[in-house]
Amino acid sequence: MRFSTLLKNPAEWMRTPGPESDIVITSRVRLARNLTGHPFPGWARKEDRLTIMEEVRSPLESLAEMKDSFSEEMTKLSAIEKQVLVERHLISREHAAKGTGCGTVMNRKQTISVMINEEDHLRMQAIRPGLQLLAAYRSLDQIDSTLEADLPYAFDHQYGYLTACPTNLGTGMRSSAMLHLPGLVLSEQINQTIQGANKIGLAVRGLYGEGTEALANLFQISNQNTLGTNEQEIIEHLNRVITQLIENEKNARMKILEDRPTMMQDQIGRAYAVLKHAHIITSKEALNHLSMIRLGCDLGFVPEEERETINVLLTEIQPAHLQISAKRKLTPEERDILRADIIRTSLNRLTPPDFSTILTDRENEDDE
Amino acid sequence: MTVSPAHMKCDLCQTEKATVFFSQVADGKLQKVNLCKKCADEKGVTDPTGFALADMLEGMGEQSQTEVATLDSEELSCPSCGFTQSDFKKTGRFGCADCYHVFDEGLDGLLEAMHKHTQHVGKTPASFPDLPDLPDLPELQDLPDLQDITESDSTPAPAEETEPSPLDKLSKLKQALSNSVEDEDYEEAARLRDAISQLESQIGDS
Repeated sequence: MRFSTLLKNPAEWMRTPGPESDIVITSRVRLARNLTGHPFPGWARKEDRLTIMEEVRSPLESLAEMKDSFSEEMTKLSAIEKQVLVERHLISREHAAKGTGCGTVMNRKQTISVMINEEDHLRMQAIRPGLQLLAAYRSLDQIDSTLEADLPYAFDHQYGYLTACPTNLGTGMRSSAMLHLPGLVLSEQINQTIQGANKIGLAVRGLYGEGTEALANLFQISNQNTLGTNEQEIIEHLNRVITQLIENEKNARMKILEDRPTMMQDQIGRAYAVLKHAHIITSKEALNHLSMIRLGCDLGFVPEEERETINVLLTEIQPAHLQISAKRKLTPEERDILRADIIRTSLNRLTPPDFSTILTDRENEDDE
Repeated sequence: MTVSPAHMKCDLCQTEKATVFFSQVADGKLQKVNLCKKCADEKGVTDPTGFALADMLEGMGEQSQTEVATLDSEELSCPSCGFTQSDFKKTGRFGCADCYHVFDEGLDGLLEAMHKHTQHVGKTPASFPDLPDLPDLPELQDLPDLQDITESDSTPAPAEETEPSPLDKLSKLKQALSNSVEDEDYEEAARLRDAISQLESQIGDS
């Protein structure tokens, strides 16, 4: 499959709703695997990396799940193409910077992607819409079991799957969910929430992983421990915590609606006005306003159908996606203009948010 | 007269500033040798293996126990990939799968801090059967060099009535590997490593 074909298909998770998908955008699971007898990619010479790539590529491409796959060496992709894959969460920012002997293989639906010679020889990822960590893990587990018949994995009975970084030893599994938490941000409970998650061995990060900003009120929560616990336990633990976070987020939203309904209306109404009428808009401003429209969908102020449009826009307005759609390199100023154009076009059907439910409630309160 | 290290000249070339300092004990007296980077490199004393040091000192007319005061001198390195402990300190990553056995001293403490546990309990590849279910493999005892290794193991083995199971052998081999690495006997370490992977694949094939 060619890169252009891959691009024409939005990732399945953007189009299909999943369980709890008002708050949980995606569930992702990744497994780190290495082959025995070869240095890890970060310590390997170019020839070693090329040998690994040769060894793993055909078993990967012949997986049933990878029928009609996109498979390419990193050196054959342009900087913008690599960035598009990062913006779609199909490869890591680190992998985008890799060159000779590094590659990537993914299926058409973009539900499964594999990085060859990132930090480990293989980094395999499954991504699903909504809260579906176990389903994501099962699909990846199946692929992993098929691959282990062909590839001599580096494994140890004490340490489990041997990975370049000891933080991934054991299961080599990182499971994570992308959560939309505007309620916890607006009510200033988010820092407390992050600290709480850290205390119980979970990491909370921004939109694009480690060290990135929490744009659009999106947060990734993931397990830290991989050794001494099994895959099911890791997922169950994360599921329990996410269920609790969903509860907290819903409570925070209700509390804001009760205590400060005008502030809530202002945030959503302002987002509507800007997105509908701006002609120059930065990524950050757009993402944060889109977050408010999404919140409006969840609360019934904005039609439910807009959720999918917002999901697609969250990705489509990012710098590399804009440049691919313009078919040329754009300056940041040009991007801000194109971004505003795309948003206005996508939201042309969007009617002003309808806050009548809040007003009715308030009138009822007054009556009592 | 004491000279501060910043002004010391190299004992060999007498021109460059000395930046590498050794202490050596000769006839019960402490002596010091100071070299510039270039001479030290030429003599191979900054080489992690430190093998050329004795030769150099012989060349300087000294014979004694020596001790190099540079950090990298006697550093442990992985016989498979050449990765060293200071590489790990720098990157926080290992060089290859074998590094986990080479650098296993202190690793458990690190892992406990990271993961709270040190024993894998998750998925195991089908080719690595679970520990308790492992059957005895009679054909393993026919491997001559495996026998040699277990017998030449320096740690006294407990008296065994029955043949050791392949896993006992495996753990003994791993212990021997760790010992040989400690003793910097890399040839032996490489032999043991190969024997371990051979045994592991045999266990896997069953």
